[in-house]
Amino acid sequence: MDSYKKSRRKSIIAWIIAFVLAIGAAIVSFMPFVFMVLNSFKEKFEMLTKGVFQLPDKLNWSNYTEVLTGGFGNYFKNSVIVLAISLILLLFISACASYPLARFKFKMAQPIYAIIVACMSIPVHITLIPVFKMSKSTGLYDTIWSLIGPYIAFAVPISVFILTSFMKEIPREIEESAEIDGCGKIQMFFSMILPLSKPGMATLAIYNGVNMWNEFSFANTLTQSAQNRTLPLAIWEFQGQYSMNTPMIMAVLTLTLLPMVIMFIVFQDKLVKGMTAGAVKG
Amino acid sequence: MNEKGISLAQLRQRKTRQTAALFLAPVVILLVVFIAYPIIDTFITSGYQWNGISADKKMIGLANWAKLIKDTKFWTAFKNNVIIMVLSIVIQIPLGLAMATFLDFGGKKLTVFKVIWFIPMLMSSVAIGFLFTYALATNGGIVSTISGWFGGGNIDLLGNPKLALLTVILIIAWQFTPFYMVYFMAGYTNIPYDVFEAARIDGATRGQYFWKIALPLLVPSIKSAAILSMVGSLKYFDLIYVMTGGGPGTSTELMATYMYKESFKNFNMGYGSAIAGGMFILITMVSMITMKLINGKQED
Repeated sequence: MDSYKKSRRKSIIAWIIAFVLAIGAAIVSFMPFVFMVLNSFKEKFEMLTKGVFQLPDKLNWSNYTEVLTGGFGNYFKNSVIVLAISLILLLFISACASYPLARFKFKMAQPIYAIIVACMSIPVHITLIPVFKMSKSTGLYDTIWSLIGPYIAFAVPISVFILTSFMKEIPREIEESAEIDGCGKIQMFFSMILPLSKPGMATLAIYNGVNMWNEFSFANTLTQSAQNRTLPLAIWEFQGQYSMNTPMIMAVLTLTLLPMVIMFIVFQDKLVKGMTAGAVKG
Repeated sequence: MNEKGISLAQLRQRKTRQTAALFLAPVVILLVVFIAYPIIDTFITSGYQWNGISADKKMIGLANWAKLIKDTKFWTAFKNNVIIMVLSIVIQIPLGLAMATFLDFGGKKLTVFKVIWFIPMLMSSVAIGFLFTYALATNGGIVSTISGWFGGGNIDLLGNPKLALLTVILIIAWQFTPFYMVYFMAGYTNIPYDVFEAARIDGATRGQYFWKIALPLLVPSIKSAAILSMVGSLKYFDLIYVMTGGGPGTSTELMATYMYKESFKNFNMGYGSAIAGGMFILITMVSMITMKLINGKQED
């Protein structure tokens, strides 16, 4: 009985320590956001004269209205166009490629799959100069269209990896019965495999969508003028404009974070699962 | 009869191959155009002296590579990449595991912690870079303010060559630890509840359950988390480019930031290509060696 009490007391102490640490971690996670949102409502000099954690005098929306009327919408529009086109094409061609790799028997399947998957660890920077050159010679440089090719190409390996393993799980019998009914392989893909792969594609859409939405290296290299840039670069442009005006930058940051926060609130668990889809055992 | 059977099978085989080729074509073309060809082209460009714009392109053979091998700046950058890689694994994985364990033991009541801890993942690296540039500003930043509360002076973390790299590593940990948390939570859900129940009935404390049962079962997850973290650290770019641009001096210089600055700021595309090529070779080598070391015994 005594030892039971002792271990019970030990367990309570352990939980208290764990809670203190957990709250500490939560504060560290959250504090920068408090800093960001709080200061985005301040006036230009209010932040310097008073402390950074002081509440603003009044809810001052002027930073937001200035950012929103200062071309923010255009960056947003560019990002949405690039994302929509890249994502639709990516999901379609990845599904096409995964289908034979998952369900056909032919000699080259294994080596082709291995090569595609090996592309996952290739750093973007080795392709940066040649892709830059290509965009110049095709005349796509400094347009949002130059981003679509590299975005899809770098998202293909992980997508094929995940979709192939997803399609392998679809039971054989479905295909066999369809084959007996005289259904060809191409027809089978569109009428059976593609619809059945929807959950896998949804995960991939989230994973790649978040990555493309935040992509920086190609966007910074392949576009130049403000009207052709995507959202991650908006911060850059605004910083050039308002470098000393910290509250304004905080308003820009808050606005760029907002779409993700809304997604997080609406799709919570789906989003969390999707964003860590890259963490499948490789 | 027999002969006809073989040819029919062969016919089917050929049909299968043709259909496969049709389905694979778009992906293969895309990977050739945007990944395979650029890799080859980077190695070719590394043989030239070229500013990327003018037609004046001078073939200089392996001179760029000879320069790269002796370039202390490149090796400092590589060393910084390795430091980030090691410290990222050492900080993020145990923290992520601790968070996942806490959430797993605590159950649904603790969801609020999960939500708050996850929030840094929602922000892009570029935005995080900007946020922390301001949040850690010497004058009016979070750390300086807190130090002020305790009577300390302003603290300049990013401008100090001794502290800049460590600061950046902690920011990276702030951003990516939630990723490993979610990852290990998935690992925990793969452990059947019966295992936990049986251990508890046999009188194991939660601590014993963690060390003796859960941890060994999570080893595969931890291994692949380490591989992920490793490959990611060697490619690292966005956040550091935004926050420090590799400075002060070369204290936070990475292979990728060095390559980018040489190519697109100084317009040494030839030498930039050599750096990119060197980076590619080093990353491929390190990841192959580590994967062999970590996964070697289980490979079939």
